[in-house]
Amino acid sequence: MKAAADLSRRDFLNATAVAGSGLILALTLPGRAGLSKSAAAQQAGGQLNAWLKIARDNSITVIVDRSEMGQGVYTALPMLLAEELEIDFDAIRIEAAPVGDAYINPGNGGQVTGTSNSVQDAWDKLRMAGATARTMLVLTAAKRWRVDPAACVAKNGMVTGPQGKALTYGELADSAAKEPIPKNVKLKAKSGFQIIGKPRARIDTPGKVDGSAEFGLDVKLPGMLHAALAQSPVLGGKVGQLDSSASEKMPGVRKILSTASGVVVVADHFWQALKARNALRITWDPGPNLQLDNAAIQAQLKKTAASDAGLSARADGDAEAALESAKQRLSAAYYLPLLAHATMEPMNCTADVKAGGCDLYVGTQVQQVAQTTAATAAGLLPAQVRVYTTLIGGGFGRRLDIDFIPAAVEASKAVGVPVKVIWTREDDMTHDTYRPPAYEEVSGGLDAAGKITAWKLHITSPSITARMFPPVKGVDDSVIEAAVNNLYDVPNLAVSYSRQEIGIDVGYLRSVSHAPNCFVIESFMDELAAASGQNPFDFRMRHLANKPRQRRVLQQAAEHAGWGKPPPGRHQGIALMEGYTTHLAQVAEISFAGGELKVHKIVCVVDCGQMVNPRIVESQIESGIVFGLTAALWGEVTIVGGRVQQSNFNNYRLLRHNELPELEVHLIDSGEAPGGIGEAAVPLVAPALCNAIFAATGRRLRALPIGLQKLA
Amino acid sequence: MTTITVNNQMLNVDADSDTPLLWVLRDHLGMTGTKFGCGMALCGACTVHIDGAATRSCVLPLSAVAGKSVTTIEGLSKDRSHAVQKAWLEIDVPQCGYCQSGQIMSAAALLKTNPKPSDADIDAAMSGNICRCGTYPRIRRAIHRAAALLDTGADK
Repeated sequence: MKAAADLSRRDFLNATAVAGSGLILALTLPGRAGLSKSAAAQQAGGQLNAWLKIARDNSITVIVDRSEMGQGVYTALPMLLAEELEIDFDAIRIEAAPVGDAYINPGNGGQVTGTSNSVQDAWDKLRMAGATARTMLVLTAAKRWRVDPAACVAKNGMVTGPQGKALTYGELADSAAKEPIPKNVKLKAKSGFQIIGKPRARIDTPGKVDGSAEFGLDVKLPGMLHAALAQSPVLGGKVGQLDSSASEKMPGVRKILSTASGVVVVADHFWQALKARNALRITWDPGPNLQLDNAAIQAQLKKTAASDAGLSARADGDAEAALESAKQRLSAAYYLPLLAHATMEPMNCTADVKAGGCDLYVGTQVQQVAQTTAATAAGLLPAQVRVYTTLIGGGFGRRLDIDFIPAAVEASKAVGVPVKVIWTREDDMTHDTYRPPAYEEVSGGLDAAGKITAWKLHITSPSITARMFPPVKGVDDSVIEAAVNNLYDVPNLAVSYSRQEIGIDVGYLRSVSHAPNCFVIESFMDELAAASGQNPFDFRMRHLANKPRQRRVLQQAAEHAGWGKPPPGRHQGIALMEGYTTHLAQVAEISFAGGELKVHKIVCVVDCGQMVNPRIVESQIESGIVFGLTAALWGEVTIVGGRVQQSNFNNYRLLRHNELPELEVHLIDSGEAPGGIGEAAVPLVAPALCNAIFAATGRRLRALPIGLQKLA
Repeated sequence: MTTITVNNQMLNVDADSDTPLLWVLRDHLGMTGTKFGCGMALCGACTVHIDGAATRSCVLPLSAVAGKSVTTIEGLSKDRSHAVQKAWLEIDVPQCGYCQSGQIMSAAALLKTNPKPSDADIDAAMSGNICRCGTYPRIRRAIHRAAALLDTGADK
């Protein structure tokens, strides 16, 4: 993971005053610092690239450049800015950022909400924006009063000076915008934080308890029509012959058009569109995947694993030689299935194509890609497409993809009014961009003292990045992250990757490669411990000599869980990971009553460095555990004849209220730099559970999900 | 034309009689607080009250609602003052928030018939409502909190 954006603090802010608009602070990336002052002002005036608007009426608007999908960015990012601006946090309004260069996330190479790095990316930028605006407001007040700026204090949206002088930020905003951007603005030390690090209610909660929060599905535009989409049941297929005669006569139907995405049925209301879609008679050209099934996919991955040495992703020492000379050797192969995202809000998009432009209303994690996708579909230039990011009813990486956008754009263009396309749950489940399968072969060697001398891991899997953000040079990071970031002291370590595509589109799923990698590493650590008769906790500690953060989370997890002393009939498993610069350990506690697996408790200790809002951190960790538990127990997409067999929540099972174990989350305030929290807790659940199952039964599970395997 | 009562208002709806109540609310009446999740009564995102009982609106045709009284999330209170909403705010339950209208409507219906639910009662009443973000621990806490608010007369 890259460190927070390395922005030059002096060069990246611009301020501008627009008549009647107050102070708008905009940001220019270092690479665009050559932008003329007038061009920058023009951009800011057009509200492109703005971060903060302080209006004459004292309203304060923070533009948030990351999509809110539950992870809390609409609260956490404004908290960073508010900390330095000295305002009443509750007075803040939020606006979703449009497409703009300033909103590029350098850690992701684009305007992307992903890889759990929103806080890391914003940490310096937004605090600097707040501090800069505050300084300009203070300087403006001092000038107006003809006093030393040092005699003025900014607090609660107001600057106060000697002899009871006081002006609100709104009263100062127009003049402040004419101040030069101050240099070397000083940021608060951690000891001075009033907002950062303190629990605070989320900004988006009120709208989510009264139904007013607007998701993509809820967009309403004057004259808008609704559409349903028929997609090839065989993945990768296309429309062959279309007979829409019956559908055309159905009530409310306005237009039926064949597109690259499938057949779009546009009607007055969605139910009409859906009924007419279901009445279409389509002969599909199935394309190349008619023979595709899970066995074929697994066989292909194994074949490639056997024949291809792969690209080296990490090589310390000489793993081969060390394996040869090891006192004890162990090898195992693990398999991870395809998974669906199954966001609660099915894919949808609303487009309004009009003369010379297109407005796009969409829950997206990739505003720039959404813009270019819509532009291509509409036959426009990207700059002619305005992207309005809605709240997202579950992202988990699914909305890093844009396959649900073109149909709405093409339909709107065809009918000349706004069109909202909604996928049904079945459309969504059978046309996901699935988490790719992985076949991972691992070998380890131990010396006479039971210490690991060699570790060799070969991963065979498709590359998501090669499809979505090409080109990939060398090894795709999104396949090997946690495998390369092996935490343990191993002198001879080799990780390699063989790319093998499987004929269908695969996508990023919450925690991406950390889940499969962590499953293999933490399961195999247990295998090595068992093979050498060592306690899994002690064995891990022995291989973390100079890793204080890792040792601490592991130690604390063991203490909180009562490691080694489970209640009668219960069994424990442990796992450790560092991902997104966050360190975590989990202990799972299970039992088998009558051969039935029951998960009783999961203890998770988290050191994510500096927290912005511990309340959100805790929620996200709980959320990650539930997500990981669902995947570990039941997550598997199966394909027969190129068709996905799962279609709805009856056959793609998600954890429900009554299946929730006791969750115990402990947060460590380590004072380190902020780490990510949206994804980090997911990967540890499966290995912790499988290690507990091994402790209980002596049976080692090397494939997921757990739920469908005979355990007792 | 079908006449239904939504949030204490009598409304005439011009929709095909087989249209699920969910789409009547969303497309015809512009009440988008009730969500589409599965279309098969499997996830609970579309939960509303029909004559006070928690009901999945995605499989309920308009014809079955004629003459009945429907309450949606928009009608639960005017100002987020229902005990369940207050508890939800206090505990900051939602994450993505998409399933929460349904969760809240199920919880409100539970508390109406069972003002002091046990954990087992909560499991039984709430297990039809899926939350992919995993807000379950907070939902449980919030339901207990709402019960306490009702009990102390802080709300009714």
